[in-house]
Amino acid sequence: MKRRKGTSQSMMTKAGGELDDRFKLAGPTRVLMNKVFPDHWSFLLGEIALFSFVLLLLTGTFLALFFDPSMAHVTYEGSYVPLQGVGMSKAYESTLDISFEVRGGLIMRQMHHWATLLFMASILVHMMRIFFTGAFRAPRETNWLIGILLFWLGFFEGFIGYSLPDDGLSGTGLRIAEGMTESLPFLGPWVSAALFGGQFPGDEVIARFYIIHVFLLPLALLALITIHIGLVFAQKHTQWPGPGRTEHNVVGFRMFPNYVMKQVGFMLVVWGVVAAMAGLFQINPVWLFGPYEASVVSSASQPDFYVMYLDGLIRLFPAWELRIPPYFTLPGVFWPGIVAMGLSVLLPLAYPAIERRFTKDRAHHNLLQRPRDFPARTGVGVMVIVFWVIGVVSGGNDVFAQAFNISLNAMTWAGRIGIVVLPIVAYYLTYRICLGLQQHDREILAHGLETGVLMRDPEGRFYEVHQPLAEPDEHGHTDLEYSGAPVPKKMNRVGALPPAEKGFFKSVESSDDDRRDELEAGR
Amino acid sequence: MAASAKRRRGWRKRLGALARFTGALVIVGGLYSAFAPSLYAQEADDNAVDSEVVKGQELYDTSCITCHGDNGEGVDGRGPSLIGIGSAAVEFQVNTGRMPLANQGAMAIPGDPVFTEEEAEWLGAYIEHLGGGGAVPDDLDALVENADVGSGNDLYRVNCSSCHGYAGGGAALSSGAEAPALGGTTDEELYQAMLTGPQNMPVFADNELTPEQKADVIAYVQYIVNDDADRGGVFNLGRFGPSTEGLAIFLVGISALLLATLWIAGKS
Repeated sequence: MKRRKGTSQSMMTKAGGELDDRFKLAGPTRVLMNKVFPDHWSFLLGEIALFSFVLLLLTGTFLALFFDPSMAHVTYEGSYVPLQGVGMSKAYESTLDISFEVRGGLIMRQMHHWATLLFMASILVHMMRIFFTGAFRAPRETNWLIGILLFWLGFFEGFIGYSLPDDGLSGTGLRIAEGMTESLPFLGPWVSAALFGGQFPGDEVIARFYIIHVFLLPLALLALITIHIGLVFAQKHTQWPGPGRTEHNVVGFRMFPNYVMKQVGFMLVVWGVVAAMAGLFQINPVWLFGPYEASVVSSASQPDFYVMYLDGLIRLFPAWELRIPPYFTLPGVFWPGIVAMGLSVLLPLAYPAIERRFTKDRAHHNLLQRPRDFPARTGVGVMVIVFWVIGVVSGGNDVFAQAFNISLNAMTWAGRIGIVVLPIVAYYLTYRICLGLQQHDREILAHGLETGVLMRDPEGRFYEVHQPLAEPDEHGHTDLEYSGAPVPKKMNRVGALPPAEKGFFKSVESSDDDRRDELEAGR
Repeated sequence: MAASAKRRRGWRKRLGALARFTGALVIVGGLYSAFAPSLYAQEADDNAVDSEVVKGQELYDTSCITCHGDNGEGVDGRGPSLIGIGSAAVEFQVNTGRMPLANQGAMAIPGDPVFTEEEAEWLGAYIEHLGGGGAVPDDLDALVENADVGSGNDLYRVNCSSCHGYAGGGAALSSGAEAPALGGTTDEELYQAMLTGPQNMPVFADNELTPEQKADVIAYVQYIVNDDADRGGVFNLGRFGPSTEGLAIFLVGISALLLATLWIAGKS
């Protein structure tokens, strides 16, 4: 046989050609590899959620191999001493076995749980970026809707997931969910009975939740994530305003090799952070909670953080029960539970439409807005954040009261008053800060940079020397238009060349002389 | 000029007055502390052959009588009657530093004990002498030795966890009171607390939890507080449950990844 000749390159070309002949890949691959993505740290937040979702699928598959979603009653005989001889469900027993008996089971459980928290937390942070920069405006309203739906799917997926072990803490959470369901007017008892297969807790709910948790919701999440990312591809990523960037172009790096390398690297960093947290910090020690019994409610029973603000609202809301004798009772939990949750789904979904109603702005936007340039929206965002944070803190108000030695009653009243007053204060302050920042930008564009050099003229008047950003008119004013991009605020930012090498904490710059020589040689 | 000089004289005058006042306070305070009777009882006279009850009464009459009154009958608005509470209650309150009370508040705050354990026993004997009450069984060590941790777990979750938390970390109660964390408590203190129900705690008398069941609970509490290795990490995040986990995901996870995004992506 004749020895094959040729370089590795020609072999790859040949192999590529063969593949293309069969699968017609060259065209789409070329488009894909040359697709340009803008580069900014805040564009990587959604990826954290994506990569933790992939990790959730991987660790979840491992856990599913060992978990037994059965509520059959057994007596624990495993290696954890304080539970030996204690009666429990098979679901709880198999969770204990995953933690103590299965090799690598505990780290997988902890990675699964930390990845869940990271998934939800990064969705929130990503959502904040989208909101504050106006990235949800036309043509991207659909993707905003999908993003909100993804959050709520993740919310229920997470809640159902931590209910599965059937431990004392999650059972208490399930009991609250049941109470909320029952508070639905007219329908409540029927919905609850349908969900639990009769009286709470029954012996059905874990098996039902299991199939929802491992099949239905992950499938829905996967489908929506695919559409979410597909739309980002189709509509192209938004970008910050800046030199050379318009509504009709995208400035950034190509998919291959730059963007792909960054993404793969970032994925590994995300997984590394989750693995490190799972190894360092204990999470959800179910063996301490004991099996679920309806009569046992531990103090400091909190849900995971993304559910906690609802818990906080329930704790803060007064016990107002509406009774219309003889038959109708509307429990107090209906308002902070069902109504508040409904509003937290609907208001974010409707926000792009609401904003459009006020701005009458129907144009397509591919350039982002700086938060200061839309004070009302930024104010509303901060308002929601303050409301949410007070809700979360109130959800843990007993832990907070104990840790900081505050009366629990004081915590409750501070929460009740704070959740009404502080968001309004936050809106006002944010609005003023935005206007102040805007004004400072305009001032620099008109008068130039503050140099810190003080002069005294012959009449004895002191003044600061300003460095105009362009040729000034006879009054020393420059007539520069604000373009939505950051305005330089320091002397050494004016006309500064981008640093030759980017360092992590600060730029690694060569000396000015070297740079000038380089530039002149280049010219 | 004149005005400023006057002002300066005024200042000097005021400073002088302050110095004289401070000096007077120091002298009076010093004299008082030198001559005033101590809050703490004097060492018992070694030569006296008093019974424990008499020694206890001596301590009582110097340190407790102000609030709990003559012969432990109580003083309205200051302290309850101690007749019939028994030695277990006294020893618990005194040995954990809750009594003598530092100040009237939502609850007695534990601290460094003022009396030695022996003195606490004398006080307990005196109160027991006044009207009986519950005491810690002598064979507590043996009871705990033979206790069933699993049954203690069941009992703990049903009876204790609603205040002391699933892992004995304690919790806030209403109006500034709190169920204390159970770390660092001795078997005797746990038994005394269950038997006598100090502060806001309910009483678990022997007809509710038998001495054997109390020993089971003690064995379980000591296990989760001391022997549970907190598997699953270097840090247990205070056993506060999801509250601190939520804090950790933002302070550690999200912060670390935000730094990573700054590192990976350029600023545009």
